[in-house]
Amino acid sequence: MLYIDCPWCGKRNETEFHYGGEAHIARPEDPSALSDEQWADFLFMRKNLKGPYAERWCHSNGCRRWFNVIRNTVSHEILAVYKMGETPPDLGPKKGEGV
Amino acid sequence: MTGSHRTQAGGRIDRQKKINFTFNGKSYVGMEGDTLASALLANGVHLLGRSFKYHRPRGIVAAGAEEPNSMVQLGEGAVTEPNIRATQISLYEGLSASSVNVWPSVEFDVSAMNGLFAKIFTAGFYNKTFMWPRDMWIKLYEPVIRRAAGWGKAPTTSDPDIYDHMHLTVDVMVVGGGPAGLSAALAAGRSGARVLLIDEQSEFGGSLLSLNRQIDGKNAAEWISETVSELAGMEDVTLLNRSIAFGYYDQNYLCVLEQRTDHLPQAMRKGKVRQRVWHIRAIEVVLATGAHERPLVFANNDRPGIMLAGAVQTYVNRYGVLPGRKMVIFTNNDAGYETAIDAKAAGANIAAILDAREEADGELIEAAKALGIRILPGYAITGVEGGKRVKAVEVRKIQKGAKVYTSAPERIACDLVAMSGGWSPVVHLFSQSQGKLHYREEEVCFVPGTPVQKQSFAGALNGSFSLSACLEEGAKAGAEAATKTGFTAKAANALKVDEPAMGRIEPFWIVPGARPVGEGGAKHFVDLQNDTTAADIELAVREGFESVEHVKRYTLTGFGTDQGKTSNINALAILSGILDKPIPKVGTTTFRPPYTPVSYGALAGRNLGDWSDPVRITSIHDWHVASGAEFENVGQWKRPWYFPKAGEDMHAATNRECLAVRNGVGVLDASTLGKIDIRGKDAAEFLNRIYTNAFAKLGVGRVRYGLMCHEDGMVFDDGTTARLAEDRFLMTTTTGNAAVVLDWLEEYLQTEWPELQVYCTSVTEQWATVSIAGPMAGKVMAKLAPEMNLSNDDFPFLSFKEGTVAGLKARVFRISFTGELTYEINVPWAQGRALWEAVMEAGAEFDITPYGTESMHILRAEKGFIIVGQETDGTTTPQDLGMGWIVSKKKPDFIGKRSYSRMDTSRTDRKQLVGLMTDNPSEVLPEGAQLVFDKNAPRPMPMVGHVTSSYYSAALGHSIALALVKGGHSKMGETIHAPLLDKTVTARIVDPVFYDKEGEKLNG
Ligand SMILES: [Zn+2]
Repeated sequence: MLYIDCPWCGKRNETEFHYGGEAHIARPEDPSALSDEQWADFLFMRKNLKGPYAERWCHSNGCRRWFNVIRNTVSHEILAVYKMGETPPDLGPKKGEGV
Repeated sequence: MTGSHRTQAGGRIDRQKKINFTFNGKSYVGMEGDTLASALLANGVHLLGRSFKYHRPRGIVAAGAEEPNSMVQLGEGAVTEPNIRATQISLYEGLSASSVNVWPSVEFDVSAMNGLFAKIFTAGFYNKTFMWPRDMWIKLYEPVIRRAAGWGKAPTTSDPDIYDHMHLTVDVMVVGGGPAGLSAALAAGRSGARVLLIDEQSEFGGSLLSLNRQIDGKNAAEWISETVSELAGMEDVTLLNRSIAFGYYDQNYLCVLEQRTDHLPQAMRKGKVRQRVWHIRAIEVVLATGAHERPLVFANNDRPGIMLAGAVQTYVNRYGVLPGRKMVIFTNNDAGYETAIDAKAAGANIAAILDAREEADGELIEAAKALGIRILPGYAITGVEGGKRVKAVEVRKIQKGAKVYTSAPERIACDLVAMSGGWSPVVHLFSQSQGKLHYREEEVCFVPGTPVQKQSFAGALNGSFSLSACLEEGAKAGAEAATKTGFTAKAANALKVDEPAMGRIEPFWIVPGARPVGEGGAKHFVDLQNDTTAADIELAVREGFESVEHVKRYTLTGFGTDQGKTSNINALAILSGILDKPIPKVGTTTFRPPYTPVSYGALAGRNLGDWSDPVRITSIHDWHVASGAEFENVGQWKRPWYFPKAGEDMHAATNRECLAVRNGVGVLDASTLGKIDIRGKDAAEFLNRIYTNAFAKLGVGRVRYGLMCHEDGMVFDDGTTARLAEDRFLMTTTTGNAAVVLDWLEEYLQTEWPELQVYCTSVTEQWATVSIAGPMAGKVMAKLAPEMNLSNDDFPFLSFKEGTVAGLKARVFRISFTGELTYEINVPWAQGRALWEAVMEAGAEFDITPYGTESMHILRAEKGFIIVGQETDGTTTPQDLGMGWIVSKKKPDFIGKRSYSRMDTSRTDRKQLVGLMTDNPSEVLPEGAQLVFDKNAPRPMPMVGHVTSSYYSAALGHSIALALVKGGHSKMGETIHAPLLDKTVTARIVDPVFYDKEGEKLNG
């Protein structure tokens, strides 16, 4: 079970959180301007990286806040936690690969 | 008799305290401190059960968790437990156990004839022998094999014991209470860190309990007891014995099973927690899990009386038991010599030490020689005499690297063989934590590679088998772990240890026979629990299974309740020999939790019965119960399903309830509907983006039905939303979806549109809701709220009013899920019951009828109203539902809009919602029934949709159904079929609104 460092509440068990998929996929400003391919890309295509991966989590059974996590999908190590709207922290060339 | 095989003195048993127990119906006496295994051995009992596949007689091999053979059925009746290792059962007064896998008895077992058919039971026998014909499989093969291969019996009544869970966060968790773990805990504990030390045994000390060692000039036992008492005196140190770490998960989350009463007589267990699962979160973990000894693989090495040398040493030194009087030692390292020396000192006769190494010298070898023990260098066991107990061994000098032996045999009589094939560190937990193993040539074992979590390793787990190394590494690991968590710690000075020097170990994986392995009658067992032989591994390779994971699955080696603790490395090494690949290149299989089996009771803890899941009830619930309602679960809510009167079944009750709503008045407890209060200056704009229809211009006091979709355009919730004020709305959601919808709203507010000023609050449990529906609803309402203007002009459909109802401050909504005139009265939660009773009283003269969810479903289906999750399944658009009218064309954007012009959502052959009328008016289609256009189509028939809802409508005197049908909207009036198991039902496709198509009844 992951131990997730909620930016508002501190470390809590994974069971308090909901997973929200890949982070930094902004909803397009004007969906009608997009081609079918572009819209499908937004709807369905995800990087699904092996290694450090920026993803969203919601502290559903706690403060109910959404935030971002960089998690290594191989080791499950949580490398960084940052709030919505913040840019991902620079983890250096090695750790931050693929973010 | 307290045991024919008890030594004269010594051991950690209390010779004054006798304990009575029975095994296979026979009475025996053991001593306090015994395990079931040591007590049986003390009584000369070796034969404990029969093997899994061949039903060969089997005995005790080991002294701990690694034991592959001696599984017993423990206890009787409700507390019986199958497949518990005798080596892990602490003996208690009145214990009763029996063999598993035997019929009719362990001495005479019918299935042993499986051994005669051994040829067909080779690796993959399930897959090959019993493939065909299919009928034989069902009637004969499976039942027979299942019975013969059964492992113990599950209890047939529910478990009467109490289990619980504990959660603990510590700075340093030390797994394993042997010398390395004890010194790690001591070093960490002295720094003031919060430390947890766990050990699976009844007492701390690990291997030290079995060895004659001196630490700091003291007996090891003295050092253990001093260390444990110092630890016990530390405020922030927790000590758990009889506790086994069975799972090591992400970020140092470990699960530990503590056995609290299993060692006590039944009478003393009453009212106590039997087992406790500890959920541990540790900042640093020190693994000091030790090592398991490996057996040697030779012909018929499975006979009772053939044991691990270290186990023999444990039984002699710790339990005061001589497992045999005349022993042969077979070893490839120095440890076997120490077993011989200790056993001889305790009174055993050592017939010979066979050393697989041609050259061996050193302290222990010299000591054995000095005792006059016969030593045969370069020798191995090539045959075993005796079925239920070893009687003699055949030994020969073995040529290194040879596939068959050449020298002449010698017969050596014995009643016990103690074997040592080296040591395998207990890497299971590390492996579970995702760590990769590293092979150490010199020590011939796998050890943990690079740490993958905040963890470190000490002692035998590292391949450091000497006591001095264990103590030193433990102290260092403990101090470092504590330092990393912010405490100041240092390892104490090294202790002076008195122990024999151990020489090199020589890999020796399989003893050759007269013929190549697998030819002839002898079996070279690799995995005793699964009856896997060296020949099976060869066969697997011959048949093309070369990856270690495939060999494991094909031969079953490494499966079972011991997960191959004694067999994995031997299997791997034999495979590496066959493939002619170095061991590290062959790789290892994956270790998965649990390390040892854990009972369901322990995993469930207190989450049983009423406590298994939260139950949510409305404030009117007790009234429903008192009125004899049947309930259904909707999410965690208990909702009245229907209210049967005496003699009524569900059908009769719902017919009556529905007709009451259609012709008179009914009342429904709708309190469970999700309710979300949405406030803020941008609330209207927000709802406009969330719903498919327009909300921005909804007037204050008005209510609107809305559909919510995902970005892919698929419907995911619906409900009504009222505008309470310019900047405030009350949204309702479906009962089961309330939390999901709230999450959804929060997601968009926090992640996509943080600039919107909107605040959402769940108020589901703040408002009780009573819904009065039917042509007479207005009359009841007039009595309840005489001051409220109920005229259609002043209080039209889709509006709400605040006022006094039955003397209570209330909000009344005019919405309708039945098509009838309906008032939904909301009052503060606690007043729900008072309101309900007032409604019943006011409605009595109109024969007001309480109805449940079943009637609600029928009534809404008669009107063609959808239920999200029933008519929709995540692939259904509003247009598919015939609800294109609710999708705004004017709004520039809302969630889902862009997806309606995708190629897939604009297809005309999508599954669309239609009504079905069966030809036979009383035939109710089963929900979920698949539909076809051509009932004579060849199989597999092209399926064109399915029934989503289906009921008998009393108002129409006809069954009705809703269905999703390919291109259904353009197929009105056409015929469709539902092929069922025993018949095919024919129906006509119709408009989904069955009742009051014009909506004339809405206003009463
Ligand atoms: Zn939080």
